[in-house]
Order: sequence, then structure tokens, then C-alpha cells
Amino acid sequence: MSSAAPRVGVITFPGTLDDVDAARAVRRAGAEAVPLWHGDHDLRGVDAVVVPGGFSYGDYLRAGAIASLAPIMREVVDGAGRGLPVLGICNGFQILCEAHLLPGALIANAGMHFLCRDVVLGVENARTAWTRDYTAGDELLVPLKSQEGRYVADAATLDELEGEGRVVFRYRDGAPNGSSRDIAGITNAAGNVVGLMPHPEHATSGLTGPSSDGLGLFTSLAAQVAA
Amino acid sequence: MVRPGTSSCHPPRRTLSGVARVVVDVMPKPEILDVQGQAVTRALGRIGVSGVSGVRQGKHFELEVDDAIDDETLHRLAGSLLANPVIEDWTVTRL
Repeated sequence: MSSAAPRVGVITFPGTLDDVDAARAVRRAGAEAVPLWHGDHDLRGVDAVVVPGGFSYGDYLRAGAIASLAPIMREVVDGAGRGLPVLGICNGFQILCEAHLLPGALIANAGMHFLCRDVVLGVENARTAWTRDYTAGDELLVPLKSQEGRYVADAATLDELEGEGRVVFRYRDGAPNGSSRDIAGITNAAGNVVGLMPHPEHATSGLTGPSSDGLGLFTSLAAQVAA
Repeated sequence: MVRPGTSSCHPPRRTLSGVARVVVDVMPKPEILDVQGQAVTRALGRIGVSGVSGVRQGKHFELEVDDAIDDETLHRLAGSLLANPVIEDWTVTRL
């Protein structure tokens, strides 16, 4: 076991918005935030990666489509295959789906409006690399702010996700964006890759967010790496 | 490319209900820099495809219209809503 703080990479693409808050959340969890650049083929030896929110590449083609092919994402896909913990938030979730690290896709919200509001998430899987500090059934108050946040997949995929316990977060009061089966976040089969549409990194202290409920994702990761 | 005001229309294929299918394709004008197409071009290189020197990205609309809708009306709706004539060209095709 190393006494050094876990090193968590935070990727910046052209158009990324939330890398600063993601890095702050990493530091508040006691880990070291390591900036990663979209054009580099280098993960700088990090222990985990956060793909933050924003409008990478201006949402050209489809949200997340161009970013999923950025040089750094080649390294992230390879790393994820070796068990590297990866968290995608909002546009990061879209990028992970476009990169096929997670199944399904995110499309325009039902109702077509950009949604910016606090939502309550129910934690359903507290076994992933990013949710071990929670208990299944916990409720988290975190912001949701997205235009294309409606999670969709074919029925067989949704059944598989639910059957294998890979729905990590669900909108407690119904999905305001029309997501299939109220799904807000999912994980891959191995549990090291998690993506969610709402923003836990904006809910790490009562001073700047609606709660500190989101900090648990980052402390979960830090504790796992340190163990 | 068929310019606005011209038409690649064929005689409409009428259905029993008197509804025709019309396609309107909208593309950025050649002189307009298509940064989205450029981003797609670069991304193609990243999936290992070489030899694609350019991509331009537009929009494809499929309309179901009454037979009473004439070509002039189709071009009017294309030029006033589906496309911005300042930056985009369009074609109208009756299927």
C-alpha cells in the first residue's frame, strides 16, 4: 500500500466546462487531481480518470461523438479494459457511450428543453469503483443540467442492465428528461466504468451546491485506490 | 447540386390518400466554412480510414405533403424555415 494520495486524471477537451469542479471534487476527496489533455496519448500514470461535462467539440455530429475518438480516449478505452476506474459525468457519460465503454445512448430531452434543476437520485448499486461509500437505497440531491440527457437503449440492453444490477443511479421522482426506466447512471459489467447524467462534482459542499451528497463518488474511488 | 429556385422534382408519386413524400436536403453553401464537417474528417482519420479528404455535413428532411402542395410552396417552406438562405442551399426532391 502506498501512502501517496491516489492520482485521478481529469480530461479537458475543447469545449469541456466542468473539469475545474471535477478536479476540485477529486481534491476534496483527498486525492490528487491530474490534468489530462485530449490531444495527448498519455494518462500520466493516473489511478483513475474522470471524463467531465461540457460541450466537447461543440457537440458536433452528436454529443460526445468526436471526443470519443480523441487521442486520450484511446488510452482511456485501453485502460478501462485493464480495470482502470473511469467516471463519465454528463457530456462525459455521452462520450463513454459513444466510445462503447457503456451501452446505450443519450438523446434530446423529452420536451426538448434544456433542463437545469436539482434532482434526487436513488443509489441502486453500491459495489462499483465509484459508489462503495454509499449504501444501496441512499438518496443523493445533485444538479442535472443537460440538453441531451435522455438515456435510451433497446429493451434487451435495458433488461440486461437491470438484470445484472448495472443500473447505478435512478431518478427517484421520475426522469425529467424522459430517460428509459428512469435510469440516471449505469456501469459496465466489471463495475470500473460508471457514467451518469447529473453532476455529483457540483454537489460536494453546501456552500456551492445543493448538498455534499456527490462527494461519495470521489471518496469511494480514493478509498479503493488507497486500499 | 440543384440550386434554390430550381428543382430536381419528378412527377409526384401519388398514394391513395393523396399524400406525397418529399425530401429536402440542406447543405452549407460551398463558401461557408463547415467546421463540423472538418471535425468529422479528422475523426475519420482516427478510426483508421484514410483517403477521405473532406466532409460536409447537412440536414435531410422527409416530408409527407398533400398533393395540393406545389413546388413553389415546397421551396418557400425550405427557404424560410428548413434552411437559412444566407448560409445554406437546398434541394427539393419528390419521391
